Amino acid sequence: MAIFELLQGKFGDAVAELQSEAVRPPFVVVSAASLPEIARFLRDDPAMKFDSLMCLSGVDCKDRFAVAYHLHSLAHRHYIGLKVFLPRESPSLPSVDDVWPAANFMERETFDLFGIVFEGSKDLRRILLPEDWEGHPLRKDYKYPESYHGVKL
Amino acid sequence: MTRPTEALHTQEMLINMGPQHPSTHGVLRVLLRTDGEVVVNARPDIGYLHRGLEKIGERVTYAQFMPFTDRLDYLAGMNCNCAWAWAVEKLAGIEVPERAEYIRVIVSELNRISSHLIAFGSFTADMGAFTPFLYSIREREVVNDLFEMVCGNRLTYNYARVGGVSADLPQGFLEKTKEFLDYFEPKIDEYNNLISYNKIFVHRLANVAVISAKDAVGYGLTGPNLRGSGVKFDLRKDEPYSVYPKLEFDVCVGTGERGVLGDCFDRYMVRINEMRQSVRILRQAVAQIPEGPVIAKVPRLFKPAAGEVYFRSECPRGETGFYIISDGTTNPSRLKIRTGSFVTMNIFETVTKGLMIADIVAVIGSFDIILPEIDR
Repeated sequence: MAIFELLQGKFGDAVAELQSEAVRPPFVVVSAASLPEIARFLRDDPAMKFDSLMCLSGVDCKDRFAVAYHLHSLAHRHYIGLKVFLPRESPSLPSVDDVWPAANFMERETFDLFGIVFEGSKDLRRILLPEDWEGHPLRKDYKYPESYHGVKL
Repeated sequence: MTRPTEALHTQEMLINMGPQHPSTHGVLRVLLRTDGEVVVNARPDIGYLHRGLEKIGERVTYAQFMPFTDRLDYLAGMNCNCAWAWAVEKLAGIEVPERAEYIRVIVSELNRISSHLIAFGSFTADMGAFTPFLYSIREREVVNDLFEMVCGNRLTYNYARVGGVSADLPQGFLEKTKEFLDYFEPKIDEYNNLISYNKIFVHRLANVAVISAKDAVGYGLTGPNLRGSGVKFDLRKDEPYSVYPKLEFDVCVGTGERGVLGDCFDRYMVRINEMRQSVRILRQAVAQIPEGPVIAKVPRLFKPAAGEVYFRSECPRGETGFYIISDGTTNPSRLKIRTGSFVTMNIFETVTKGLMIADIVAVIGSFDIILPEIDR
């Protein structure tokens, strides 16, 4: 895939592999540290122009976490996915809400439900759950609480 | 006499709007910081309806998740049903009979009309004109009757199935749909005469909360909210799925006809015009629908091969996307639901800065948000 080769030529080792088997749209795996640079390149390069972040999702892959970005370009009508793998222990990666403002709520949601920290985010708070909620429900090892403020669940 | 404006100091006020407020379209809480009548900051607080649909999705099979999609957006249950079916079919590579696809398009467009009717009715009611709401509810009842014919339900339909739809259209349904279209199409002009170009109504909406095309794309707005800013992008046209390529319709965009491009009035008008386009689609679909089976042979419990898919479709409130990761079992390993309203709320704090308190209501109404879709 052309975008993958272009990225690999420009960023080298920060771009690891291409997942395109049974994955639509295909994903490019990138390292957490290089994410803001790659995101900015994908948005601003005239041949890329990925101006819209369709979806940002956290994924629990059991042995590690992943954050998946689905990008779309309104100008060129093409797609790409970015995937960042993170360790299970204190997962964190740089925020991209200065590249795509749409990322803010989605990052907050991922932080809320997965406990993945987006460094440098404008406003990283819990969004769907109460602020004093314990744990992150979309993790596979989440233990369901028995009560909340004395209310049996 | 000069006005002593500079000597007057106002103190900032913190006002809690919602969660039980009639104009917030559900249980949305907005924390308003105001300086007199002017909004300094409006921070949305969401999550009151969070039911954990994504977690539920991991614990039920693909087919079992269908009724939950009704609860995603209860004003457009058919659209969400079909969106889920299309996403799973794309993941599992299932072919759908053509008649089923036509039925899905017919019920989706009917539901789009009824959803836009509620958007129109509740918006005008928020703006202080109650009568149009009764008009829109009157027409929506007919659509609900049609849906009751099809699947027995009036709000949560659970009609689509992976591989098709649960039952064929009942006898007389297509004739009744045609009757409805003939009855409904002139009503759109009636709405325009009644309220759309009413001077007070226009004054409340024009030039309020203007969103530029660049912001609309950057903030991920979709559906009528994106098109209200003049961006001609409609998934039915630009990323065609189902039988939409066979149907002719125009993509409605805002034109700034009464104010600036991308204001509340443009977003309102896009919905009114889209109802007309839906009527156009429906007329063609009703005329073209072929005979044949309505569901493919799909086992109740099927295991899609391990893989991932992101499928999005045009729902009345923007794009509803399902990101499904399959690990080769009967349940999704991860299901992410991206909804139009949730992403739209992101821009709320930005566009409401400096507006009057009454304009906040106009902004919420013009976004046509729905809370179960935001909180999931």
